[in-house]
Amino acid sequence: MKLIIAIIKPYKLEEVKNALADIGVRGVTATEVKGFGRQKGHTEIYRGSEISVDFVTKVKLEIAVTDDAVGAVTDAIVRTAQTGKIGDGKLFVLPLENAVRIRTGETGDGAL
Amino acid sequence: MCRSSSPSRARRLAVCLIALISFPAAVSAAGAPETAKLEERLAALEAYVKNTAPDAAASLAGQPGPGHNGWMMTGTALVLFMTLPGLALFYGGLVRRKNVLSVLAQCFGIAGLATVLWWAAGFSLSFAKGGAITGGLDHVFLNGVTSRAGGWLPWVSDNVWAMYQLTFAIITPALIVGAIAERMKFSAILLFVTLWTFAVYYPFAHMMWGGGWFAETLGAIDFAGGLVVHISSGFSALALCLFLGPRLGYGREKMAPHSMVLCGVGTAILWVGWYGFNAGSAGAADGIAANAFTTTTLSAAVGGFVWGLLDYVFKGKPSVLGICSGIIGGLALVTPATGYITPNGAMLCGVVAGAVPYLFCVKLKAVLGYDDALDTFGVHAVGGTLGILLAGLLATSKANPGIDPARSLIDTGSWKLFGAQAAAAGIAIVWSVAATLAIAWIVKKTTGLRPSKDDERIGLDITDHGEEGYID
Repeated sequence: MKLIIAIIKPYKLEEVKNALADIGVRGVTATEVKGFGRQKGHTEIYRGSEISVDFVTKVKLEIAVTDDAVGAVTDAIVRTAQTGKIGDGKLFVLPLENAVRIRTGETGDGAL
Repeated sequence: MCRSSSPSRARRLAVCLIALISFPAAVSAAGAPETAKLEERLAALEAYVKNTAPDAAASLAGQPGPGHNGWMMTGTALVLFMTLPGLALFYGGLVRRKNVLSVLAQCFGIAGLATVLWWAAGFSLSFAKGGAITGGLDHVFLNGVTSRAGGWLPWVSDNVWAMYQLTFAIITPALIVGAIAERMKFSAILLFVTLWTFAVYYPFAHMMWGGGWFAETLGAIDFAGGLVVHISSGFSALALCLFLGPRLGYGREKMAPHSMVLCGVGTAILWVGWYGFNAGSAGAADGIAANAFTTTTLSAAVGGFVWGLLDYVFKGKPSVLGICSGIIGGLALVTPATGYITPNGAMLCGVVAGAVPYLFCVKLKAVLGYDDALDTFGVHAVGGTLGILLAGLLATSKANPGIDPARSLIDTGSWKLFGAQAAAAGIAIVWSVAATLAIAWIVKKTTGLRPSKDDERIGLDITDHGEEGYID
């Protein structure tokens, strides 16, 4: 099992979710987060005083998948979240030791 | 006062007859002597329609005129609406979220405090008969101020006039809050405002509107408060913000407005309320008020557009805060001139109001480095001063018969009125700054001005009021 963590542009969330649903992903956790990468921040101007916003709002997705699904899920996220411009985000794949469905007590792949 | 060309006798009679039919209760309540001749009773009604004082012995003497009185009560509510919630939301949106309640509390607190002071002595010191600087004590505790009309305005109840002027005494100190937002203790603000209204506001109101020195001796004009409200609060705000010093972290930390939506809503409320402020300052629902209503609209609209346009040209985007600032600049600037100028004059006021305060807020503040948190100085002091000067240049007897053509630049090329305006502005500026510095020093020695550094970092909502603006 693998845990996929993807940082994407907030307005791409709906598209990514639909693409994941299309390939059969049945659970996603989404969190609003702030951070910076190479995009750095941007500047806002209030009555002439420039204010740099260093932390940009992004959405973090956490998706637990079976090993054989990693390729399809990664492809779906990259395909839908990509704009080609700086600030599209990043995706990490981590090994996942176990998963438990709390309702039934199932473990491993069966809990996903 | 408004004077239209004399209508024919027949039309005059018709108007009076309609008025008679419409207001039988008012007439009978006046207890008109049976012997009063019809002509005398008609003359009193005619005085009402034309907003001139009725004959002292007339049947309607002392009766409030429904139209004028009704408009002035509406105007009073509109001006109060400017402070609560207009100014509270406009300023509240511009501060950081940890201080939004402190701004609301300051506006509410000042509204309550100014009302009590006005009842006790403020109205009397401003509007009772008295000397050149302040009024006397004839009307302390609103003594003798009743629903009868004629004490100050021919057809408006004396108590309505007192309440109308009270709303000005509320918003003027509330404006100062903008310059010292996020870094002055609530208790210090209330003590400062108490002393300030006695030292600055009441004398200014009396000297300009209560028969004192500015108006009677110097011959200066201020229709709705360019000097009494905006110069006084704006320059006091600058002095107080320099005395206090900048907010902790000013220039290093992010101090962006926490809600531009509140700011926009507050601006819109201020614009609407300003009709009570400017058109209400005619003291009647007459032709002067109608002209003030028109010039107010034009200046506000043009001011907003011009500031937005300058944003677009220099920064690439017309910002909402820029448009809001231009609207308020246009309203503040036209205030002293609104009942004295033509609509074309108001268009010029709007252009100046969008451009000059823009330079002060956007360029000069950055160069000089003072922390006028919400730009009370840049918008109100600059706008008010320009407005007082422009009133001297643009006032004409064609817009208001109260203007003496012999002193008007437009009518006869005379610089007399402009000279009086410049002198009044200069005196008001020096007076405001000197009084503010003295009062700030006193407050610093008694309650202290600023919260502790920890309290300022935590935010005044929690440290001064024990509440949070937003629970999430």
